[in-house]
Amino acid sequence: MTSEYRIKQLSIFAPNTPGTLAEIAKIFLDNEVNISAFCIAEANNFGVVRAVVDKPDAVFAAFEKKNYLLKFTDVVAVKMSDVPGGLYDVASKFGAAGLNIEYAYASRSTTTPTLVVYVSNTNISLEAAVEKILASGLVLVRAAEMRI
Amino acid sequence: MAYYNEKIETLPRAELEKLQYQEMKVLVERLYANSVFYHDKMKAAGVLPSDIKSIADIAKLPTMKKTDLRNNYPDKLVCCPKEDLVRYHVSSGTTGKPTVVAYTKNDVELWAEAVARSLVSCGLGRGDVLQVAYGYGLFTGGLGLHYGGEKMGTTVIPASTGNSERQIELILDLETTAVACTPSYFIHLIDVAKKMDVDIAKDTKLRTAILGAEPWSESMRQYIHEQSGVVAHNIFGTSEISGPMFTDCGELNGMHICGDIAYTEILDPETGEVLPPGEKGELTMTILKKEAIPMIRYRIGDITSILEGDCPCGRTSPRIDRLQGRVDDMLVIRGINVFPSAVEHALLRVPELTSHFMLEITRTGPLDDMLVKVELKPDAMTDSINGLIGLQSRVERTLRDALNVSAKVELCPPNSLPRFEGKAKRVMDHRVF
Ligand SMILES: [Zn+2]
Repeated sequence: MTSEYRIKQLSIFAPNTPGTLAEIAKIFLDNEVNISAFCIAEANNFGVVRAVVDKPDAVFAAFEKKNYLLKFTDVVAVKMSDVPGGLYDVASKFGAAGLNIEYAYASRSTTTPTLVVYVSNTNISLEAAVEKILASGLVLVRAAEMRI
Repeated sequence: MAYYNEKIETLPRAELEKLQYQEMKVLVERLYANSVFYHDKMKAAGVLPSDIKSIADIAKLPTMKKTDLRNNYPDKLVCCPKEDLVRYHVSSGTTGKPTVVAYTKNDVELWAEAVARSLVSCGLGRGDVLQVAYGYGLFTGGLGLHYGGEKMGTTVIPASTGNSERQIELILDLETTAVACTPSYFIHLIDVAKKMDVDIAKDTKLRTAILGAEPWSESMRQYIHEQSGVVAHNIFGTSEISGPMFTDCGELNGMHICGDIAYTEILDPETGEVLPPGEKGELTMTILKKEAIPMIRYRIGDITSILEGDCPCGRTSPRIDRLQGRVDDMLVIRGINVFPSAVEHALLRVPELTSHFMLEITRTGPLDDMLVKVELKPDAMTDSINGLIGLQSRVERTLRDALNVSAKVELCPPNSLPRFEGKAKRVMDHRVF
C-alpha cells in the first residue's frame, strides 16, 4: 500500500508581523500537538509555515477556528543515513527517478534523520512517486511512524 | 409607451445644447437681477451675464455647494415671492444644520415631469401599479415618486416605509407591478416575502424596482434579479436639485439626465476644471428652470462620469454612470485622485479575495506610498509560495490598471481586517501635510 506513505503536511499562511510564529506555536501547544518536522518559507511580507505533526486533523480545525488560512499538502518522508553523503544519496536517487523536489526540509523525529519532500511533478501521482522512490532503494517513513 | 415626452427626449444633441444654452442664459440673467447671493457670487468671480456667450462659457460661472444652502438656512436663497411657494422639504443634516428646499408650483411640476419620463423609461405605463415605499414627509423620496407616478398615469400606492409584511400583502392584493424604495429595503422585502412563503416571481405581478437614496452595486442588481425576477433600476437625485429625478432606462447602463431640465458637468474635485465624458469626477448640476431656489453648477459631491456614446433607447440626454463614492472620501496619492470605492470595485474582480480591505497611506520623502491590505478567502490558500506571490502581483496589477497609481498589496488571512457597522473607515492616512 503506497497510501500509508502519504503524509499530511500543514501549510499555514503567516503574516509577517512580530508574534505570529509564537501564536502559531501556542495553538500547537494548546492542542497538545507534537511537531515532527517544521520549516518556514518566506516571501513578500508573508510566510508559509509548513509542519508535519502527530494530530493534523484536530489541529487543522483549531487553526481554522482562529481564522488561520491553511491547507493540507501531501508530502513524503525519506530516511537518510546519518553519514556524509546521506542527502546526496536521497537527492541523486530522486533525480534518477525523474522526481522533482519542489522543497524539502529535514527532521529528526524518527530514530534516523529524515527528509520531508514535496514532489511537484504535475504528471506523477503521489502513489507513482512513492513506487519510484521505493524502487530506487530508499526507505520511506510511514505516516503512522511520523506521529510517534 | 416608449417615451413620456418623445419630442424633447429624442431631440438631436445639437438642438438640445442650443436649448440648454438659452435656458441657462435666462436663468443667469434672472439670478443676477434677483438673487443677492448669486449676484455677489458672480461679482466675486468677475463674471457678468453678458459673458455667457456659449454653452462652454458656463464653466466661467461660480459653483454652489451644500454649505451655501446651510449658511443660508432656512430660506435666504429663495428668490421668488414667498406666497408663490407651494411646498418645503427639509433634509436632516447628518453633519450640522439641516437644509431647506422650497418649491413653486412650476418646480413641483418640473420635478414630476422628470420622474414621469424616468418611470416610462423604466418600462412603466398606464395599468402599472407603483408602490412607493420611500418615506413620505420631509424627505423627498416618497412625494417625488408619488407625483411622478400619478403624472404618467400609473396607479400609485403611497405605502411609505416600514411594516414589511403589510408591504408584501399590498403587493399581493393590489397586484403591485413596481416598487420604489431603497435597495437595502428591497432586499429586506425579498427576505420577508420568503418568510411569508411568497415567491415574488411566481405569486406576484412585481417586475420592476426603482431603487435609490443610498449606494448600491451591479452585484446587488444581479442578486435582486436572481432572488425575485425583478429588474432593478437605479434612480438619482438629491433634495437640492428637487429630489429623486433620473433613472437608468431599459438598457440599465447609466442614468439619463433630461437635458432640458438639467445641465450636467463632471468637475475635477481639486481644480474645479470641467472633465470630458468618460472621466471620473464630481457630479455638478444646473437645474435649468428651477424657480424657488435655483441651483447653478451645484457640486453634488458624488463621484461619477458622463458615459460616452449614444444610448440605444433613443434618448439623446447624457447618461451618468452609477455613483462611485463621495468627493469627501477622495485621496490624492502622488497627485492622482484615488477613490476608496474604486479600490473596492477593482478588488471585486479578484475571485480569491473577500470584499474587506484597508488602505494605508504613508509618505517617505516626497513620495506617497499606498498599501492595500486585502483578505484572502479560505479556499484561496495554496502551499505554493509562487502561487501566493503570483496572486499578490495580480492584485497589484489590477489596482494599478484601475487607479493609475501603483499600490503595494499585503495578503491577509480571512476575518483579520476590521469589520464596520455603518460607514466603513477603510483609510488610514499617516501622512503629515
Ligand atoms: Zn437609454
